[in-house]
Amino acid sequence: MTAHAIRLTVNGTERGARVMPRLLLADLLREEFGLTGTHLGCEHGACGACTVIVDGEPVRSCLLFAVQADGCRVETVEGLAGPGPDAGLHPLQECFRARHALQCGFCTPGMLMTLAAYLREHPSPTEADVREALSGNLCRCTGYQNIVVAALDAAAALRAAGVAR
Amino acid sequence: MKFVGDRHLRKEDPRLLTGRGRYVADLALPGMLHAVLLRSPHAHARILRVDAARARAHPGVVDVVSFADLGAAARPLAIVPPHPELRGRNFSLLAGGRARFVGEAVAAVVADSRYAAEDARELIDVEYEPLASAQTLAPGAPPVHDDVPDNLAGRVSLTRADVDAALRASPRVAEVRLRIGRGGGQPMETRGLVADWNAAWGQLTVWASSQVPHQIRQFIGDLLDLPPHQVRVIAPDVGGGFGAKLIVYPEDVLIPFLARRLARPVRWLEDRLEHMQAATQEREQEHEVTVGFDDTGRLLALRDRFVHDTGAYTPRGLVVPLLTASMLTGPYRIPAVESSFESRYTHRVPVTPYRGAGQPQAVFVIERVLDLVARETGRDPAAVRLANLVRPEDMPWDVGLTNYRASGNVVLDSGDLPSVLRRALESAGYAALRARAAASRAEGRLVGVGLACYVELTGVGPFEGARVRVDAAGRIAAFTGVTSQGQGLETTLAQVAADELGVTPEDVSVIAGDTGGIEQGIGSFASRAAVVGGTAVALAARDVRAKALALAARALGVAPADLQQAGPAFAERGRPERRVTFAELARLAAGATAALGVEPGLESTRFFQPADMTYSSGAHVALVEVDPLSALVRILGYWVSHDCGRVINPMIVDGQIQGGVALGIGSALLEEIVYDDAGQPLAGSYMDYLLPTATDVPAMAIDHLETLSPLNPLGVKGVGESGALPVPAVLASAIEDALGPRGGRVTRMPLGPARLHALLPPPG
Repeated sequence: MTAHAIRLTVNGTERGARVMPRLLLADLLREEFGLTGTHLGCEHGACGACTVIVDGEPVRSCLLFAVQADGCRVETVEGLAGPGPDAGLHPLQECFRARHALQCGFCTPGMLMTLAAYLREHPSPTEADVREALSGNLCRCTGYQNIVVAALDAAAALRAAGVAR
Repeated sequence: MKFVGDRHLRKEDPRLLTGRGRYVADLALPGMLHAVLLRSPHAHARILRVDAARARAHPGVVDVVSFADLGAAARPLAIVPPHPELRGRNFSLLAGGRARFVGEAVAAVVADSRYAAEDARELIDVEYEPLASAQTLAPGAPPVHDDVPDNLAGRVSLTRADVDAALRASPRVAEVRLRIGRGGGQPMETRGLVADWNAAWGQLTVWASSQVPHQIRQFIGDLLDLPPHQVRVIAPDVGGGFGAKLIVYPEDVLIPFLARRLARPVRWLEDRLEHMQAATQEREQEHEVTVGFDDTGRLLALRDRFVHDTGAYTPRGLVVPLLTASMLTGPYRIPAVESSFESRYTHRVPVTPYRGAGQPQAVFVIERVLDLVARETGRDPAAVRLANLVRPEDMPWDVGLTNYRASGNVVLDSGDLPSVLRRALESAGYAALRARAAASRAEGRLVGVGLACYVELTGVGPFEGARVRVDAAGRIAAFTGVTSQGQGLETTLAQVAADELGVTPEDVSVIAGDTGGIEQGIGSFASRAAVVGGTAVALAARDVRAKALALAARALGVAPADLQQAGPAFAERGRPERRVTFAELARLAAGATAALGVEPGLESTRFFQPADMTYSSGAHVALVEVDPLSALVRILGYWVSHDCGRVINPMIVDGQIQGGVALGIGSALLEEIVYDDAGQPLAGSYMDYLLPTATDVPAMAIDHLETLSPLNPLGVKGVGESGALPVPAVLASAIEDALGPRGGRVTRMPLGPARLHALLPPPG
């Protein structure tokens, strides 16, 4: 197998890597770029913990090869609140904290990225909409209720701030 | 300011929300190698030969290890706890001559990347001789261990009074057979370890995704012959446990063994398929129940004989069936009881506790019995329960059955069980709910109401400790032996410490899950962390404050009574400028002389050894609708009333209950580990083992009663498992009600669509 040179934008920063064709995007982010906020819960695309946003779409980074992300814009939980370590919390993160929408925190990055992508397209969801949008993300700790409420709160906050685009 | 009882936001959240948590898989050490395990594809086989020559030659491979390479570590792991009736057998780090379940580890490959290790795993040649396997609890199955007759791991009978005589004397008697299937804790983070052997100073450091780091240290010490001071085990951020990380597994010692053997850091991360095949599971039991009662529905006698599937090994002895048997009567007064079991080996994944630990089965059995008695006597199910519940004036109530630790009987220490049920009924609007369900059924819809009551054994000993320390910079740390897998202990234990020390939770760092932080510890399971660990933190923090006060009085030259606290400082009453901070006191204590009259250091280590378990209680009510076409169950409403004594943080307690109910919904309706006749597990992924999703779990109403426990100074009882306990029982009750008199009886869990379809009433 020969390595391929790829270039991609991760959380606003352009990065390059030489990757084997079978390297998963999740492994590139975690092992090569040190972005360990993206978690692997099942490695078969069922739990959603590894969800990141690629060119605006939520994707399972355990099902995407790194070479497929060549030339793409990738967003991970580390960049959700904005660039840099002092960016604070995104409204979704604020609402997750206020509503106790996380316990062990392992599924949380995938929940946040799924919701971030969803709310950009659907700024005024109903509770049923949010549950449907989250139905591909498994959480074993919370029973989802607080996640749903936090998502609705965040949608309202984003609308109020006028940044729900 | 008091923080216990406060809805305090969690201290752990900012890092977990921003991707800065540190789970085992996030650790990467210089020169780290990656291990993967080859697992048996057979439920039962002789291992005739392991040939690793081709695997060793694969690029990137550093080592391949099988049983023959283990040396002095080739011994079975210890069983915790032992029991006189147990014929216990445990697994070794790798299977030796025999593999006893699909998924038992046979060999380990270590390579410079996980990709290379997985490639090489395919190249290990193992010669197996497949053997017939035990896949039934009936007698006559092939032996799992040649020296254990009838696959009988243990037989125990618990009795209160003469149940045969009481059954003969009962005006009415009914019988029922009940069955519960297998499931698993399924934390979203799988198990995993990083081990690092530092030869220069003879120190083994192990990061483990575990609920019991101190027990792992003990097992490593035993099998690798290392004293405790040379082994440090750390459970960093852990992505859920639920019991799946409760025992010490072979890998917990094998990966450290490999790190020492190779003098390189080694990481192993379980994948989800391995988790389905090798992480312990629970729940499978078959019960035969006889109940005696009178025409008013009063229970007079109960006999339950059940068979328990313990899988291929007994790492946790007889704990699960003992919990089922001893907790059988739950919150009810029953004058005569027999609760007996046989625990049988099968060629399946070993069975150890997961969230609920034998108690969901007990609740399912007794609540099915209460519904049966209600039906037989024509009385309302709630009325029958109220007539049989232990009353507040009965407390403490001796159930009359030996507890699972054999330290005495199950004794309910406190609680107001009738009030808990009444409040759940009120919250649900029970009478109106019954009317609504009846009206829906009259329209031909399958709508029903169910309820269930329960008590939960919590706060198990033998002890837990805490070391609370103020350092010279005034930083306050609380080290504890309990561990957090999402329960928020960094916050709740900080709330407890803050109240004792007169500071805020933000002033206190809780360090959990590190054997380097406190020498002795047990871990988090059995809903014990807040009860036993929290009390230890309170005791140690109280000591530290007393010491600080004495030192402050001496430093300022006044009597302690003349001092008042101002955050992390003491000041003279009326003269606030005359003050001394915790930091200054810590520096004073660091140089403590005999004249000072205190031991050095502004710190204290205390252990809490509870006299007995403390029992939480609760009642759940559900409204469900069964779709007659798909046989899917929709939960239309769910109400919880719960009593876990003093609530340290209501936000976190509610979260525990919500999560517990969600897990219970999974084990009632969705999740089952099924084996075929050859012992192959039929579920290996989340496509065929279904966890509840956001569309399966309803919003629920939660109400709290706070009946303080007399068994610890905080008055707390555990809550971690409570939510899960009654869910199969309450959904069985509701579904049976929905099916109506022409439908079948619910005698089996889980109740997926295929099984439920057979119970639907005939059309028309």
